[in-house]
Amino acid sequence: MNPTKIASTLEISTPSDREIRMTRVFNAPRNLVFDAYTKPELLTRWMGVMPGWSWAVCEIDLRVGGTFRYVWHGPDGVEMGMRGSYLEIIPPYRIVSTESFDQKWYEGECVETVTLEESDGRTTLTMLLRYDNQAVRDGVLQSPASTGMEAGFSNLAALLATLER
Amino acid sequence: MQPATLSSPQLDAIFAALADPTRRAILARLASGDASVNELAEPFDMSQPAISKHLKVLEGAGLISQGQDAQRRPRRLEAKPLAVANEWLERYRKFWEANYERLDALLEELKAADTPKRRRTRGK
Repeated sequence: MNPTKIASTLEISTPSDREIRMTRVFNAPRNLVFDAYTKPELLTRWMGVMPGWSWAVCEIDLRVGGTFRYVWHGPDGVEMGMRGSYLEIIPPYRIVSTESFDQKWYEGECVETVTLEESDGRTTLTMLLRYDNQAVRDGVLQSPASTGMEAGFSNLAALLATLER
Repeated sequence: MQPATLSSPQLDAIFAALADPTRRAILARLASGDASVNELAEPFDMSQPAISKHLKVLEGAGLISQGQDAQRRPRRLEAKPLAVANEWLERYRKFWEANYERLDALLEELKAADTPKRRRTRGK
C-alpha cells in the first residue's frame, strides 16, 4: 500500500487496484469540515479554484438520492463539469456519493466516500475513490477505454510503489 | 477530480496499458533488467502468444522497446513515459494539496466566526 507523504499531511495510497485513498488532517472540528464540503457558498471557495479557473455552477441537494452538479470555467473557454448523486449522508461524519465527469476522458463513474474523524479539535478527512466496482455492481456497460484513465491512476501508483522498493 | 488539462492520448494509452496486472508485473520485472519474451513468460502461467499480446500493448504505449540482439530480442523498460505518467500523478497530488490549503484557510475563518459561540457554551 505504501502511503506517500506529501507537503503537509496529504497522503495518497492505493488500498486496491480500483481504489485511491487520500487522507488529510485539518486543524478544525469536523462539523466545519463537513460544512465546507457540503455548502455551495463554502465549497466554491476552495474546491478546484485553480488560477484561471472559476465556478460556473455549484448545486447541491444534500439528501440520499439527491444530486450535485459542479461546472468550472477555465482558460481559453475550457469547461469542466461533474455530477453525481448521494448514496449515504451521516452529518458530520460520512458522505457517500457517485461521481462522474462530463468530459469523455472521465466518463467512468466512481463512488466517493468521504469520512471525517475528529480528535482533539482536529479532523482527519479520508476520501476513498472506488472506480469500476460501481459500474460492475450496477451492470452499467462501460468500455475499458472510458474507465482506463481512472483505474490507471491507482495502477500507476501501485506500480510506482513496487518500483520504489 | 483533477484538472482537465492533464489529459492526453499518450496518458490514455499508458494508463490503459497499466490497467492489467500481468502488464504491471512485466514492467516490474523489466525494471530489474532487460528480458526476452521467453524469460518474461516464465513466471506467468501463460502462453508465449498471450505474453506477446501484452508486450504489444506495452510497446504501443511506449512503455517498453525491443533491444538490438536479433536472437533474443530483449524487451527494455522505457523510463520516459512512466515519468510522464508520474508527473501527472504529481500534478494530481499538487491539485489536491492546493485545494486543501485553501480549505485550511477557510476553516480558520470559520473557526474564528465560531469562537464566541463556543466560549459561551464552555462558560456554562
